[in-house]
Amino acid sequence: MIQTDTHAITRTIDARGSYCPGPLMELIRAIREGSAGDVIAVHSSDNGSRIDIPKWVEKAGHRLIGVTQRDGYDEIVVEQQR
Amino acid sequence: MDEPLAISLFSGTDDKLQAAAVLTAGAAAVGRPVHIFLQYWGLDAFRANGAPRERLLAPEAGPEGLAAVEALATAGQASWHDTLAQAKEIGEVDIQACSLSMDLLRLGPDDLDPLVDGVEGVTAFWLAASEGQVLFI
Repeated sequence: MIQTDTHAITRTIDARGSYCPGPLMELIRAIREGSAGDVIAVHSSDNGSRIDIPKWVEKAGHRLIGVTQRDGYDEIVVEQQR
Repeated sequence: MDEPLAISLFSGTDDKLQAAAVLTAGAAAVGRPVHIFLQYWGLDAFRANGAPRERLLAPEAGPEGLAAVEALATAGQASWHDTLAQAKEIGEVDIQACSLSMDLLRLGPDDLDPLVDGVEGVTAFWLAASEGQVLFI
């Protein structure tokens, strides 16, 4: 269980209903618009994105704070590193 | 620089266009430059202001496959066109029309969808592909 309350979410992306790779596309766009220290929560109902987004976050050098199952969707929280 | 990916997009059916668009978006997301070469029916799908086309699928889809594809589209799956546009936004994606296919379909540069960056011959395609992987779709 992650403690998202210790990481103030600065932006929430509602990508529910979007299919692979839509939620990741939206996260990348948010990171382009954001800056280091931003904490972005992606809400996704896509099964592939639950696997893909954490892998992308690691490859891109950002920090995965956690993946939490909510009611019918995942909340994937990422801290932007640069 | 991450390894480039070159795609010869030959097919113009919606399922293969969608697969090509998703592969391109994923490659763009992980930083791989993608070079797409539009040939034959793949190019035909990139006509500007084309009349809305009937949804075409590869023959193996059958009626059940068509129903499944229609259902996902109705549920909100992004179109292959939108997915390619997103891929171009987040990464390095160059879409070139094959000049021979332009002749075959009697198309000029003004007939092409704005997603298409230009027209090139096959040698330019192989030079762009360089040492990277090549997919034929």
